[in-house]
Formats: sequence, C-alpha cells, structure tokens
Amino acid sequence: MPSNALSSELRSVGPVRLEVLTGGTGRPILFLHPGIGFRGGHAFLDRLAASGQVFAPAHPGFEGSQGHASIASVDDISYLYLDLLAQLGEPALVVGASLGGWIALEMAVKSTARIAGLVLIDSVGVRFETRDVPDFADIYALSSEEIAARTFHDPALARIDYPNTPAAELEIIARNREAEVRFCWSPYLHSRRLRTRLHRVDVPTLLIWGEDDRLAPPDYGRRLAQALPRATFETIAHAGHFPQIERPDAVAAAVGRFVTTLAPRAGAQKELAQ
Amino acid sequence: MRVFHFTEQPYPDAWTPEQTSLRVTTPSALCDPHVAADLFARYQDEWMLADELGINVMVNEHHSTATCLSSSCMITLAILARITKRARLLALGVPLANRNDPLRVAEELSMIDVISRGRLEMGFVKGVPYEVSVANTSPVGMMDRLWEAHDFILKAMTATDGPFSWESETIRYRAANVWPRPYQQPHPPVWITGSSASSAQATAERGHVLATFLSGFATRKVFDVYRETYQKTWSRPAPPDRLAYMALCAVAPSQEEAMRRAYKVAGYLRTIGSVAEPFRNPPGYMSVADNARALANYGKPRLGLTLASGRTVYAATATCEELIEAGLLFAGTPDQVKSQIDRFTRAMGGMGNLLLMFQGGDLDHRDTADSITMFGREVLPQLGEMAAAEPAI
Repeated sequence: MPSNALSSELRSVGPVRLEVLTGGTGRPILFLHPGIGFRGGHAFLDRLAASGQVFAPAHPGFEGSQGHASIASVDDISYLYLDLLAQLGEPALVVGASLGGWIALEMAVKSTARIAGLVLIDSVGVRFETRDVPDFADIYALSSEEIAARTFHDPALARIDYPNTPAAELEIIARNREAEVRFCWSPYLHSRRLRTRLHRVDVPTLLIWGEDDRLAPPDYGRRLAQALPRATFETIAHAGHFPQIERPDAVAAAVGRFVTTLAPRAGAQKELAQ
Repeated sequence: MRVFHFTEQPYPDAWTPEQTSLRVTTPSALCDPHVAADLFARYQDEWMLADELGINVMVNEHHSTATCLSSSCMITLAILARITKRARLLALGVPLANRNDPLRVAEELSMIDVISRGRLEMGFVKGVPYEVSVANTSPVGMMDRLWEAHDFILKAMTATDGPFSWESETIRYRAANVWPRPYQQPHPPVWITGSSASSAQATAERGHVLATFLSGFATRKVFDVYRETYQKTWSRPAPPDRLAYMALCAVAPSQEEAMRRAYKVAGYLRTIGSVAEPFRNPPGYMSVADNARALANYGKPRLGLTLASGRTVYAATATCEELIEAGLLFAGTPDQVKSQIDRFTRAMGGMGNLLLMFQGGDLDHRDTADSITMFGREVLPQLGEMAAAEPAI
C-alpha cells in the first residue's frame, strides 16, 4: 500500500543515488528499513511523519536505490548515512528496524554528533551468545512458512500472492532479497566488534520490541538495552519482529512519547553551529 | 571420442522415503562408516576397471549429502592418481566460489597432476546453491568469485620466479609460490561447466573445455554459441575436444536388462533435487530478473525437457524411454547405445568428450562393472571411428 504522507525522491549520497521517501515537517527523522525493504511499512511512516520530517532511504541495492561495489557491508552503509545526516542540517532522530537498527547502531558508535536520539525496533547487529549458540534464528535455513511464523504475530500478513503481483513489484522483492543477503549473510546479522563499541552510544535510546519476535527475541532486546548507556526498553503486544508493520499506531505513539523527552531542537541547532 | 566414467559415489541406504531432504540437513547418524568404507572401495575399483578398458575418470564433490560421499575431488583423485595407469583424471568440479582457499586448490591440483604424471583435467565450477550454507560463502557474486579464483590459480600454477602477492576483496595472499608446480606445462587443461550463452562465451574466449550436464538436445544451442565465440576469438574452428556432455548410461546383453540397470542409475535424477526449501535457491544465486520470473511462476512445475514428440517431461519423473528420447540417457545393448550416442553426437554438430554416469542410485558393483566392461569392449572401439567421421562444425 503506498504512503499518503510521503513522496519518493532520488537523492545523491556519496557514490550512489538513493530512493528516499520523505514527508512531514519539523525535526528530521531518519528511518532505516528492515531487510524486507519498504514492504508493509508505509502506514507507520505516515504516522511517523506526524513527529517530524521523515527521510526514509532505501539502502543501497534495495527498492529503487542503486547498489555500489564500495558498499558491501553494514559498516559501509553506516558511513553513507552519516554523510546523509550531514545533509539534513540539524541532529536527527534515527529510527531503525531490524537490519535498519543494526545500521543505526553502526552509525551511533562512530558518531552521535548529528543524532538527537535513537529508536531501535527489534534491531539485530550485536552478538551476545557463546560461539556455538546463535543469537538469531537463521532465516536462510527456514522455509517461508517458518519465517512468517517467527517474524509475525499474524503470519498471514507475511503472505505474498506472487502470481498476482505485478512484475515490477516481484523485481523489487527479488532485488531486496539479494541486497539483504549481501549485507546480512556472514557474519550473520551482526558485526564482530559492535558489542565492544556500544558504550559510545551516548544519546537517549528507546528499544521497541515485538513480544512475539522469534527471530531476535525480546530477551535479546533486553540484553542489548542493558549494553547501551542511555536505553529504555518497551515491548509491543500482538507483534512479532516487525511491530511497525503489525502495530503502526502503538509503535508511532511510543516514538512520539520518546520525542517529547529529547532536548529541544533549537538548542541542538545552536550546539551544532558552535 | 574420449569417454569418462562418472559416479557421484552415492550412499543409497539413506534414501528412505521418510528422508525428505538428502542434502544440507540430512543427519550423519544415517551414515554407517563401515558401509561408506565399502562403497568408497567399490567405486574406486570401478574407476580402476574403467582405466583398464581405456575409459577415463571423472570425479566430483558435494557436501553434507547422502547423494555424494565425496566431499573433496582432491582426495578421490589423489588415490586414483596412483592406482590408475592411463586414464585422464577429470575433477568436475572443484567448487571455486565455495572454497575460500584458492592457493590450496592450486597446490592440491598440482600435486595430483605431478603424482599422476600429467593426467589431470581441472574442472572449475562455481558450486551448487544448496552448498553455500555448508561453505558459508555468499550466494551473491559467485560467478565473479569463480573467475577471480580461476585467474589466481592459473597464475599460481604458472608463476615460477618465486612468490607473488594478490590483494582483492575476496582473495588475499602475501606469498603465493606453488610447490610442486604442475607436471603439464604451462598448466593442466581447464574445464568449465555451463548451460547458458554467457558461460559458453566466457569459456570459449579462454579456450577452455565447456561441459554441459544433462541438458539433452537443447545443448546444441550452447555448443553453437561456444563454437561461434571460439572462432571469433581464436580465428579457427573449435576442436571437438573443447566440448563435453554428461549423460547417464547403462549397457547390458539384453535391452530388458539394460533398462533395469538404467532405472537404477536414474535414481540419481530422482534424488538430485531432494533438498529442503530454504536451501534450493538462496537469494543472489540467480539474477534478480531470473528470480522475479521464478516468483511469477511460484508453485508451477519447473522447466521440463521437451521431447522430439513435443511432450514435456521432468527428469525426476521421466521413464527411461523418455530419458533416452530427451538425450539424458544412453541405454540398451551395445549396438543400441552406439546408435543413440551417434544420433546425439550428430545432433550436437560433433563433440569430443562424453561424460557417462555408469553408476547412479543403488546400481550394485556387479551390474556397474558389467555395464562399464561391455561399453569398453563393444561400444568404445566404435566411437573413435564415429568421432573421426564427424566434423566439429
């Protein structure tokens, strides 16, 4: 379903042209999508646009964004988006879901100078367990039905009627899946050193977790929250790995409450100007 | 015509109906190592028999599977290098995009070439989709990794002035210096598998042997692309020995017995696709366009084989008669097999290498040995004349 409040534009960042969904006014909000791309996320973005000016780039190789040989890891993407933040003029709220949360963390450990606050929705990216215990279920070893059951409270929402989907959309789905593998295959859904750098995330951080997430379970989210200096943790009922898709109102409301706790914008602008 | 005997060295005891995936997830508790030891011994005996009959050797490797006990071409060939006398030793192939250590590949292949006194044929493949999970290599960019490893291995085999370094995204060595260097100079012949126009072109441009597997009469199109590109690149016709085709084969004194054997060999076709859904087509293995097309055909049967009669059949469910008609199987009495191969070779516009799976499924040693022996004594001598009488183009 297309967005009501957002429009799509192409924006040059570093070596690539990215498809960026934009809309709303006020404090910039950078939304970083999960590995499934924009699919199912528009209702949430519409609501997010009530809290500020949303910028939702498609990661390189996803949706309508170009891929580039020099952007082959989440680390590479994080530098690209730090450059994007520099284009936005004032510190932004960075909201990342799943893969997007991992990217947001990789950005924040490098620099929080342009990050006003961080929202992580069922984020992946950090390894806590011992070497032979996985933190995340291996989606590349699960059938599509098993993935749906692990990632959605209502697995019917994951179903796609492929034969009745337009060819252009099928191409986007295939593109997103390939791009996801490019960034997530190995090390699987994490960066080796990210855990030891989490102390650098010195901005207010909200973790929002679907209660029924069985890909990155809530207990993993709690460990992540404990490892971050300024984090609070909330769960969303009747939601799996993608609460922003299953409960867009509840997640947008949680983000809205979090925004009111952040430092006022003008102060942030002055600080940057100095 | 050069003929190679091939078996995947299967472990058919694990092929029970309740085992829905024979790859990646199949528990090794199903493997009795004593049975496996007996199987290795008999498969090696069958290659030795082939060697005595003037038939060459083809080996392969797969991983985490009951369809193929050989998890390394190198180990099988290292044994055969010493216990066979004349046979060319074809590895088809070494899965370069799934091996992260091309220097070791170059070293191992050079050793085999030296031990066999120059009988190695080096086949390079990218690797099958379901084994990226086993190797934990990315399914994205496999063709690029194949060709880069190919470039590196050939350089490593032919650089003779001491170490060189190589630094790229996927291959990093500070001191590549292969000892022993290969017996065949400058390096053993290279084979590449492919069934697409683009791989036929890439192989012809490099002058390597192109091998296609079980692609039936449609193979002609791929061979034509190869010959056209070869002519353009090398300003001469492609010699027939640059082209190879793999099919199943069963020979017996009677047609009835041959078909019984063929049905067992075709157990290979009935099990090859037995792999759990998530491993069949990892994202990135096929192109975005091909994957989009596959999604549009979601739930529909995969591409089948079109018979001369216009009917479509599927390799896993086809009868032996249909497999013969499609060019995937040569089976019958020696005369029948000779005439089937003759017909197929003509339809291909000539070719110089036949890769024949004389053992597949649960075809036992006695039947396999008999089939190979009859082929070697009664079919092979006639193929030489046939190949000589057939121009390549």
